[in-house]
Amino acid sequence: MLKVDEIDVYYDNIHALKGVSLEVLAGEIVTLIGANGAGKSTLLKTLSGLLRPKTGRIDYFGQSITNKPVQSIVQSGISHVPEGRRVFANMTVAENLDLGAYIRKDKKAIEEDKQAVYALFPRLLERKKQLAGTLSGGEQQMLAIGRALMAKPKLLLLDEPSMGLAPLLVKQIFQIIQEINQNGTTILLVEQNANMALSIANRAYVIETGNVVASGTAKELQSSERIKQAYLGGM
Amino acid sequence: MKMINRFWKFMLLAIIIYTIIQLLITTEVFNLFYTNTLITIAINIILAVSLHLVIGITGQFSIGHAGFLAVGAYISAIVTMKLALPFPLALFAAGVIAAVAGLIVGIPTLRLRGDYLAIATLGFAEIIRIIFLNIDYVGGAAGMVVSRTTNWTISYICLLITLIVIINFTNSRHGRACVAIRENEIAADAMGINTTYYKVVAFVIGSFFAGIAGGLYAHNFYIIQPASFGFLKSFDILIFVVLGGLGSLSGAVLSAILLTIVSTFLQDYAETRMIIYSLILILVMLYRPQGLMGTREITDFFTSRKKNALKGGENL
Ligand SMILES: Nc1ncnc2c1ncn2[C@@H]1O[C@H](COP(=O)(O)OP(=O)(O)O)[C@@H](O)[C@H]1O
Ligand SMILES: [Mg+2]
Repeated sequence: MLKVDEIDVYYDNIHALKGVSLEVLAGEIVTLIGANGAGKSTLLKTLSGLLRPKTGRIDYFGQSITNKPVQSIVQSGISHVPEGRRVFANMTVAENLDLGAYIRKDKKAIEEDKQAVYALFPRLLERKKQLAGTLSGGEQQMLAIGRALMAKPKLLLLDEPSMGLAPLLVKQIFQIIQEINQNGTTILLVEQNANMALSIANRAYVIETGNVVASGTAKELQSSERIKQAYLGGM
Repeated sequence: MKMINRFWKFMLLAIIIYTIIQLLITTEVFNLFYTNTLITIAINIILAVSLHLVIGITGQFSIGHAGFLAVGAYISAIVTMKLALPFPLALFAAGVIAAVAGLIVGIPTLRLRGDYLAIATLGFAEIIRIIFLNIDYVGGAAGMVVSRTTNWTISYICLLITLIVIINFTNSRHGRACVAIRENEIAADAMGINTTYYKVVAFVIGSFFAGIAGGLYAHNFYIIQPASFGFLKSFDILIFVVLGGLGSLSGAVLSAILLTIVSTFLQDYAETRMIIYSLILILVMLYRPQGLMGTREITDFFTSRKKNALKGGENL
């Protein structure tokens, strides 16, 4: 579904991604784990068109999306939930969801998808007229995910959805991610919480200072000594 | 249906206000001084509302609005006084050239995130002022003599057009995109909103109407001088928007009216004016840091809805 081939991404003279390659197959949950500053967010931003790779190629369903603008990438079915729960604070929950469907014009289907998001996150339904800025952290994360779903993605890019959430909420968010996946959306999940991420993923990539240093099935990585030492608290 | 309804209600109200004021003018209840104040109010509302679109709706901090006012003033004056063309055409030219200036300033700076626009607009306004100061064709420091053509009716028409365009834009899909940028640019980007495009569009529309205001301004007194378009003028306009409440159009209108009245009656006491201005600002910031209206609109008080920020799809 998505094939990233040797991309290099720079911020001015900072070389943030160094020849990164990876692949996501339809229906999978793939997770990308790595320490702070490894380049995880940079990779997601590049996939959604917010950043441009200097070299390399990104194919989506066999077609290059390497230098496409964000709008057409969103339209082709890739939605990005940026890191840090970025909701539109002075808009209501419902207005936030409407903006998620910004690139769509099929009004009736949008309304149906909104109901589907409410079904997935009943808390958002209860608070649909509340201003997003007054939601709790967990609710804002749900809203950010729900809003991305409003674009009807085939591939959902999630950037550290568990960041700063209480353990119980993290568990709930991960359950919902699985549910979204079971409903047919492929997921690329960026996480620092490697334990949780590996527990729901099919496959994983490990990234260190802009390089992919390991990859394999989630099970393989969970049992690798090196990964255990570095990312799973040495257990 | 609802949309059309709102439009006609707005027009009806506009016509009633116009008729009452016109009646007061023709019966000479309002003397020249009052009429002049009304024209100044109309010009200031146009300035306030055009800057509101840039700052309040799109969240881009522009602090050199007087630069576009100056462009409009001088361009319109050249069109009527040097080229001897009709006033309405001069107003239109003022808007168009100011919009082009907005495009030139906006495209390089609005692509960047952060406070570049504030610096760029501040610099732009100063550069414009200095350019006019040094062009003999428009009189240099002494200024340019302009015939007095602006009247209440044409000011009011320009004001209405400004309001209709900006309210419609704000309530459209494009306006929602702009509000999303104000609320969170990165998220707006990720939704597939072309953020640079919308920032530039809002900025250019704002510049256009500031240019129109400049045309009215130039023809409302017998002379225009570069000194009238300095930083203090930009600051005055900025105050309308901030005092009214960032994001509230009615707030911007209200504070433009209030502050114009205050400063008109304190015209002869320039220092007192600045003191009272500052006091008002300090008081508002102490007791209503969100501005007079916050992000609400006057219409919110008449409808039962407690929604703000956006009113999906209900155009004028
Ligand atoms: N906007 C930026 N400008 C310059 N450098 C950046 C920017 N964003 C990230 N970086 C740098 O790129 C590297 C990767 O960052 P990032 O992708 O955010 O890491 P992660 O998401 O894995 O924590 C880091 O060294 C970071 O300092
Ligand atoms: Mg990150």
